Order: sequence, then C-alpha cells, then structure tokens
Amino acid sequence: MHAEAGELSEAHLISDTKIFGFWVYLMTDLVIFSALFACFIVLHGNTYGGPTAKELYYFPSVLAETLILLTSTFTCSLGMIAVHRQVKKWAIIWFFLTFLLGASFLYIEISEFIEFVGKGASWQRSAFLSSFFTLVGTHGLHITFGLLWMVVMMFRIALRPLGEHSVSRIFRMALFWHFLDFVWIFIFTVVYGIGYLL
Amino acid sequence: MKDFFFGKLTADALPHFWYTIGGTLFIIFMLIAMSIYLTKTHRWGWLWNDWLTSTDPKRIGTMYMIFASVMFFRGMLDAGMIWVQQAIASDSQGYLTADHFQQIFTSHGDIMVFFVTMGFFFGLMNWIVPLQIGARDLAFPFVNSLGLWLTIAGGILINLFFIIGGDFANTGWLALAPFSELQFNPSVGVDYLIWSLQLSGLGSLLAGINFLVTIIKKRAPGMTLMKMPLFTWNSLCAMVLIISAFPVLTAATLLLWLDRALGMHFFTTDFAGNQMMYWNLIWMWGHPEVYILVIPAFGMFSEIVTTFSQKKIPSYASMVWAAISITTLSYLVWLHHFYVMGAGPDVNSFFGMVTLVIAIPSGVMVFNWILTMYKGKINLASPMYWFIGFLILFMIGGMGGIFMASPPADFQVHNSLFLVAHFHTMIVGVALFGIFAGSTYWFPKIFGFKLNERLDKQAFWFWFVGFFVAFIPLYLLGFMGAPRRIDHYASSTGWQPLYITSLIGFILILCGVATQVYLVIESIMQRKNNLDPTGDPWNGRTLEWASHSPPPFYNFAVIPPITSYEPFWDLKKKGWQRDKNYKDIECFKNTGMGIYMVWQIIWLIAAGLIGVIACIIILSFDDEMEYELPAAEVAKIEKSYQRG
Repeated sequence: MHAEAGELSEAHLISDTKIFGFWVYLMTDLVIFSALFACFIVLHGNTYGGPTAKELYYFPSVLAETLILLTSTFTCSLGMIAVHRQVKKWAIIWFFLTFLLGASFLYIEISEFIEFVGKGASWQRSAFLSSFFTLVGTHGLHITFGLLWMVVMMFRIALRPLGEHSVSRIFRMALFWHFLDFVWIFIFTVVYGIGYLL
Repeated sequence: MKDFFFGKLTADALPHFWYTIGGTLFIIFMLIAMSIYLTKTHRWGWLWNDWLTSTDPKRIGTMYMIFASVMFFRGMLDAGMIWVQQAIASDSQGYLTADHFQQIFTSHGDIMVFFVTMGFFFGLMNWIVPLQIGARDLAFPFVNSLGLWLTIAGGILINLFFIIGGDFANTGWLALAPFSELQFNPSVGVDYLIWSLQLSGLGSLLAGINFLVTIIKKRAPGMTLMKMPLFTWNSLCAMVLIISAFPVLTAATLLLWLDRALGMHFFTTDFAGNQMMYWNLIWMWGHPEVYILVIPAFGMFSEIVTTFSQKKIPSYASMVWAAISITTLSYLVWLHHFYVMGAGPDVNSFFGMVTLVIAIPSGVMVFNWILTMYKGKINLASPMYWFIGFLILFMIGGMGGIFMASPPADFQVHNSLFLVAHFHTMIVGVALFGIFAGSTYWFPKIFGFKLNERLDKQAFWFWFVGFFVAFIPLYLLGFMGAPRRIDHYASSTGWQPLYITSLIGFILILCGVATQVYLVIESIMQRKNNLDPTGDPWNGRTLEWASHSPPPFYNFAVIPPITSYEPFWDLKKKGWQRDKNYKDIECFKNTGMGIYMVWQIIWLIAAGLIGVIACIIILSFDDEMEYELPAAEVAKIEKSYQRG
C-alpha cells in the first residue's frame, strides 16, 4: 500500500499491522487448502466404480469460470486504484462489477454441482467425489464470504469517508479476493486440468 | 418436527450414569455457589466489565491460567481414574466399563494437551511477551479476547456431555479413523471431540497469528531479532509452528466430520476411502504440536537458568538457531508415529534419520544450559529446582525418544506403555515442569508477591519423586509387552505389582498437587510478607523486570532503550509517555456454534452462523477501538506505585 505524502500517522501503522496479520491469516488458509489438495491428489483415482473425472467434467464451463474469476481480479484491482484515488463512484462501480463476476462464477459452480448430483455423482458416491466436492466447495464457500464482504465494503464506501481505516479494510478485502483467485488457478490446474488429462 | 428442533438430542442422552450425574451435580453446585457469591458481593458488573470483556493481555493471560488450572484438575481426575482402574483390573473388570475407560483416557489426553498445557503457555505469553519486547499491548487485542473465548468454549464443550448428556469419544485423543467413523462410532461422542478441537484449535490459531504479528511488528525500537530474549524467541518459534500446523488439524477434523455428518468417504473403510490419509494429516499437525508444547518451556528455562546463575547463556546465537532448527525439523518427522503403517524401509529410514537429527539442536540447548550454570553464581531458588528436575527428565525422555526413532526398535514398543512413559516424561518433565518453573518465576511480576519458597520446593520433591515412581514402572511394563490403553489384563502377565507401584507414584504426585494448592492459598494469605516493591525480585536480566510488579496496563511509562538481548541488565529508567488502550466489543456469541454443531440441530446452526456474520459486520463499522490515555493520568498511576 502506498503511504500518502509520506505521512505515517499512528492509525496508518495500525492498519499496516492489520494487513500483515491478514497476510498471515491468508497463509493459514493456504495450509488448509493444501491439506485439501493433498487429499484430492491421493484420492482422485478412488472412484469405487463410480463416475470418473473425465466422465464428469465439462471443460468449457470450467474455462468460463476461470476467465470470469481472472477478470474479476482485474476489476477488483481497478476498484482498489479508485479507492486510492479517493474516487468513490468508480470504486463502487468496479467493486459492483467484481461482485457480479463473482456471483456468476458461483452460479456456474453451483449449477455444475447440481448437475453432478443429478447424474448420481454426489459426494457420497466415492472418495474421489468427496474430495472433489470438499476442495472445490471450500473454495466456493470462500467466494461466498468474499462476496458478502464486498457488499459490506460497498456500503462502507458509500457511507463513510475513505480514511485510513476504510482503505485498510478494503485493501484486505481485495487481498482476500486475489488470494481466492490464486487458489483457483491451482484448482483449475490440479483438479480440472490433471483430472481431464489423466 | 422433533428431529428438526432437537436433532439427535433425546431424553436418553440425559445423564444417567453415576459418573455423569456426579459431574452434573458438581458443575451445577459450583455455578450456584459462584452466582450467590457474585450477587452477594455485587460483582457481576465487575466480572463482566473488568474481566470477561477485557482485552488487556494481562487480564486475558490471568483468565487463560485460571481456565488451565481448572482443566488441570479435570485432567488429573481422569488420570487418577485410569491409574486406579489399571491397578485393580487384574483378572477382573475393575470398577469401570471398557467404554467408559476409553472415554476417560481420550478426554485426559485432549484436556491436558489443548487446554492445560497450551492454556498455561498462552497465559504466560500474554503476560510476559509484551513486557519482554517492550510493547504496550498485543497487535490485535480483540482477536486475543476472541481466541481466549474460543478456547474456553472448546473446554466447555469437552465437559458439556456431563450436563446435556450423550457420551464422550472413546477413540483416543486424536480420534483416529476409521474407528472414529460413523460405522464404528455412531454416538455423538466423536462429534463432541471434533468440535471441541475445532474451537480450541481456532482459538490457538488466532492467538498464534496475534503473537507472531506482535513479536514481528511491535518490538521496542532498537530490539532487533537477535536482541530478543530467548523466551520471546522460543515463543515466536512455537507460534510459527501453530500457524503452519493448526490449519491441518482444522482440515483433518473437518474432513472427519464431513464423513460423519454428510456421508462423505475420506477415511471410511468402504467407497474407496483412505484411512492412512487421516493418520498422515493428524500427525502432520500432531508432531509440530508436540513441539508447540515444549519449545516455550525451553525458552522459560533459558530465562530461569541465566537469572539464577547470574550469568549469560554461553552462546545466545546457538540457542536461537537450535530453536529454529527444532521448529523446522519438527515438520519432517510426523511419520515416526506410525512406522508400523508399512510405508516401506526407505520412507521409514528417512523419517527415522530426521528424528535422530533433532537430538542435535536439543543437545545444543542442554549443553548451553549446563554451561550457564558452570562457574555461575547459582541461587537455588525454587524455579531452579524445577529446572534441574527438567534437565534430568528431559535427558531420560530424550534417550527414550532416540531409541524409538529407530524403526526396528520402535516396532517392538509401538503403542506399548513404553511410549506412554516416553511422552509423559517429555510433556510432564518439559512442558509441565516448565509451566511450574515459569509460573513461580514470573508470579511476583504478575501478582506483586512471591510464592512461598519452602512449600514450592516441597511440591517439587513430591512431583519429582512421584514422577519416577509413577513412570519408571510404565517403561518396564512397556518392555514386558503391556500395550497402552488396556482396561484389564490377566494376572498371569505379572503386571499388577508394577501397575500398583505406578499408582503409588501417582498418589505422590497428587500430594505435590495438594501442596501446590496449599502453596497458592498460603502465599496469598501471607502476601504482605512476600511483597515485591521493586519489580525486580530475582535480579532479572530482561525487560519485564524493568516494569512495576504487577505492571500497569500500559506496561512501561517510557520504554527503556534496548542495548542487548538482556537490556535490563544494563539499565532502569522511568518516565512518562502517551498511551493507548483498547475497548472490547464482546463477540463470543459465536462460540455457541460448537454446541449446536454437535447435536446437529439445523436451525441452531443457521441462527448461530447469522449471529456470527452480523457480529463481524457490526464490528467492521466500528473504528473507534482505541482511545488515548492523557499524560496526567499516567503520571498519577506512576505515583501510586511509589506510594505503595
């Protein structure tokens, strides 16, 4: 984060500590995800006679999800730039766009889940599907909380001045969003990519 | 409809065994007695405003320690029940059923590890780390309070079955799959365990993040990393372990719960689940956890041995690097807990060798401590007794550990009482003795008066002798082939005399505990004779002794300059500075979730989740968490110390 005009007030230092703390929290979240990835990698062949990854995945929708999420990271960054420039209107517009992209990602993901369950491929069918639903679902749950957070932050931008506290909170929200995008890259590669190829 | 409101909670679950009814009556009686006391002395407001909602790390530290003490008695009760059962259950069932016996050793393990040892360490860290690094507060006071209440909620949850019934897990403290799966364990006991660990694990994780950020970001100006006191260094290492290991516990127990609640198949025996995944995940957390329990104790002993030998540690840098090496290596040894899994000679030898390597940094520490005492001006105060006891037990336990690090040897003693004796030597001899030593050492700093030296030394002798009488028989029994966790055995095994000897050892330890209870009461009664007006009763070397005893809530009126890793050895200065304090927003409503999750009562889960989210949103609009303490106020408080 760029400090404005070199002025390091105490409140600024506090928010700096909070951002560092938030980084550490994100790393703990990453450890949870890596445990789930490890489970998926160990269990991805354990289909127990049920549907395999190849039979289930529909690649175009996964690609669409990926592109949507990558775009949302871009719009989220634009929103953050607007926040730094203290332009409330554009900040809200970009974050709203990010929200829409995130929501459509979630829509595609949930439709995919419903479709899988409809095909008899629920999380109870095999260890492979348990680990698939848990890993992708945990990411989806994070996206849901991210969206909720974004709504709260949009209200905050509208109602409060963009002071140090606000900027710090919005910055952490943006960090969270980029982090989820980062995790998705691995889900795309490991869960879908490898599952599709093997 | 009934299912919707109460889930699996039925009248059958209400307490109906003698032990649960006893527990229930005891808890209700204590609650009533406490309520009457608080009402009579008009202290509800005091309790709520000054303590329960406090974000002062010193208050939170004290609450951690009180909580840990209460849990300690619960854990000791469990231990006593195990010992008595095993001493009498030769060719008979003893006085406990097999299932009840299993529940007792499960809760004994979980309580002692999660709530007693970690509770005490967080309590002492809350008190001492900010003082040692010259900080006024932790980085996130609110998160600190949240962590405490999550831990306490976990502790309540582990005891809750006494009141609302059901049973506790009978799986052993790690709830190893597949035995903990629904197929073999359909009752709610395992769910209690899972959510208790989830809550306290989350509490520890939050505390871990908080202390890490505090130590990294809030050190006094001039205190570089290599000028941090060794207790702070070791705490930092333990926090790094917590941050990287506890999420794995969260994930592993969550997956187990998904298996149980949603019918998933991670660790089930059918549908291609993989039980060994659970073993790997839980020990990937579990082994670092063992070091989380002992590394802070290493730090405390480093402080104690330098203070009471009036001498620097011979090589500060080697102590720091030893702590860092132990931290790093502890990630690479988890498989030594299950060599018998059959991972193959190559995998087993890798983990065996890494385990052996840990002996090197541990040795570096031991030699440093011994060399500190060599030619030092040793003052044999009671913390030194605990320290020397620790050195001896650490050596014995460490030798046992090296022995078991070798797979062929481990195959012989795997899951035998030898293992039980080994890890009790480490946890009691290192972690618990560390807690006793540290509590005695910092007691005057925390409460303003010393503990009675004579009684503390008596307690030490009871513990030390009792420990050998209690656990050496277990080493022998392990070699004789006695497996751990058995509720009865044939008399032809010839084990009973050793089991009875071990029980006698436990009774000696109990005498030690009784002495410690008396010690605290006596010291409080006689506090006028043991007051510490200087703030520096032991001729200390680190910054915490530069403050008053007990320190004001802002710790230091002026933060002393940092010249070395023993800054107080050089100087004491007092003055005045602007201060900051944090006002609490009570948010421990969310902790009720665990209760609801256990009983799978859907509407309560929903309400709990909404409550938590609402709390967080309300909190996110509150920027005024800090206020400024005016200069005159500080001056007034500082003056009151001079009068007293």
